[in-house]
Amino acid sequence: MRNRGRRGQNGSNSETNGVVIHTEGLRKYYILGAETVRAVRGVDLEVKRGEFVAIMGPSGSGKSTFMNLIGCLDTPTGGDYWLNGRKVSELSDDQLARVRNRDIGFVFQTFNLLPRATALHNVELPLIYAGMSSRERRKRAEEKLTLVGLADRMDHRPPELSGGQRQRVAIARALVNDPALLLADEPTGNLDSRTTMEIVEMLAALNQAGQTIVLVTHESDIAAWASRQIHLNDGLVERDFENEGKVN
Amino acid sequence: MFILREIVMVAMASIRANALRSGLTTLGIVIGTAAVITMVALGEGAQRQVQEQIENMGTNILTVRPGQGFFRGVASGSRRLEEDDALALRDQIGHVYEIAPEIESRYQVTYARSNSSNSIVGTWPSFFSLYSHELEHGRFFDEGEVQGRRRVAVLGSNVPDDLETPGGLLVGRTIQIRGIPFEVIGVLREKGGAMWMQPDDQIFIPLSTAMYRVMGGRDRLRSIYVAAPSPDELDPAWAEIDRVIRREHRILPTEEADFSIQQSSDILETFNETTQTFSLLLAGIAGVSLLVGGIGIMNIMLVSVTERTREIGVRKALGATRKTILFQFLVEALVLCVLGGILGVAGGFGAAELITRLYGSNTAVAAEAVAVALGFSAAIGLFFGIWPARRASILDPIDALRYE
Repeated sequence: MRNRGRRGQNGSNSETNGVVIHTEGLRKYYILGAETVRAVRGVDLEVKRGEFVAIMGPSGSGKSTFMNLIGCLDTPTGGDYWLNGRKVSELSDDQLARVRNRDIGFVFQTFNLLPRATALHNVELPLIYAGMSSRERRKRAEEKLTLVGLADRMDHRPPELSGGQRQRVAIARALVNDPALLLADEPTGNLDSRTTMEIVEMLAALNQAGQTIVLVTHESDIAAWASRQIHLNDGLVERDFENEGKVN
Repeated sequence: MFILREIVMVAMASIRANALRSGLTTLGIVIGTAAVITMVALGEGAQRQVQEQIENMGTNILTVRPGQGFFRGVASGSRRLEEDDALALRDQIGHVYEIAPEIESRYQVTYARSNSSNSIVGTWPSFFSLYSHELEHGRFFDEGEVQGRRRVAVLGSNVPDDLETPGGLLVGRTIQIRGIPFEVIGVLREKGGAMWMQPDDQIFIPLSTAMYRVMGGRDRLRSIYVAAPSPDELDPAWAEIDRVIRREHRILPTEEADFSIQQSSDILETFNETTQTFSLLLAGIAGVSLLVGGIGIMNIMLVSVTERTREIGVRKALGATRKTILFQFLVEALVLCVLGGILGVAGGFGAAELITRLYGSNTAVAAEAVAVALGFSAAIGLFFGIWPARRASILDPIDALRYE
């Protein structure tokens, strides 16, 4: 897989000093009836550009909440979060939408493609919300679909595609805005073992090409592909270490 | 904007994907709009008819009628209105106003083997110009023929039909009115009627002839018509007439008059108001059905929002702002309503046409009604679409993505 020179625009950003994610005391509390659930209780984290980080933890460890915070889908109760050099922890709803649109690419466990739209249209979607012209949109979407090996499936709708193909469409969609951060939430959770390898290999290759990836998973053999593992437990970072025995 | 195109396309795609549901929902708006258009068309048609009648009756004409006189609160029997009153009016104010007395009765009219019963009107020649009658054939009678009590008749435009003879052939022929021979000298052009006035069915003869030769010396007039030069001069005309007739009848200005002066079109105006109220009521009821249609739209939009919660979540995660989502659902509701509105207007046109054909009622689809109905259906789309759309727009992307 080739990289198409997309690093140029983010890589030379001197403000970020090569830091994509920087959190200080990031907290998220929920009020559930009379109880306050402390899902994330103060996480300090720094992810540099080009890293491939796996976030692990048992269910209830706060990794989903943390992932939502990192993905700007949720606002923290306290603490600060800088994404790609920009403080995003105090942004409004619509500003967060813009950050998600430009700086983050999502890959979900359940793919979350629009079932009635073609693969091409699905990939174009973030560009539409970025306000790009249809010709430019189409060019970029075709490029990314080709990158994930679906050049011959562009006009198919998600129900006509296999699980692995759907996830590849989702990856193409996540990449189409050239995001600073690719956020994958259990991307292989709904796939069989062979397709799982295919997707993980694709993520690894993207990382090789320079893409910063944060991968949330509970499977240690998937996490083993990452360059760094962060284990969350009870809303706090329990372990954070470089992956010595990295698979590739 | 490129987003706008996407918004409209998504709305259309969603409507197409649920074609049956969308169609049924839109039906409410279609029926509502059609009902409004039809009702307004009926009302408008009735009003135009009345307007036409008002113009037929003349907007500058006052009618003097004999009325009951009251003396110290006791009705003293109906007083008369006589030719002398008309003559006095002509003498004193005739240089400004046109005066025409009228005596009327219904008699049998025969010609050859045909016979019919017609209203016979005895009057002065001024009657024709006062009501702007025009001739189809022949001529009007003149002052000399009134003086000479001549037996000449001018027929309303429908009378030749009653007598089963073309109007052109009747001129110069003799017809019998109450067995009395009359020479037909003219046939009027069709005029159209108003309420109790149906000049097309009447036969006009000189007043003197009517009083002394046909009605056996009857001298009570039914009414005296006075035409002012313009509708603006009705007030001074009213005062003048009142003054002249009071003097003739020897009634002091402080006393109750034994005659009445009406503007013929007043009665129609009253009728017009009634029609208007009625058509407003009908349009109101139709409007309620449009409202019900709107509630249907809201219902289906709420269903659509719930069904597409996950899609909303995906779109939000990918960068759709609240406004974008709000617009998307609003446009969908709007498209449904405006589509329904357009179909409804077409349906309303059809229904109005059908009513005209079946029942002969006048209908008129006013351009304003179309604009209002379309505007109203769009407003309904906005009004009933905004709440579901808002619900969609404020969905939390996390919850929406997790939604099964």
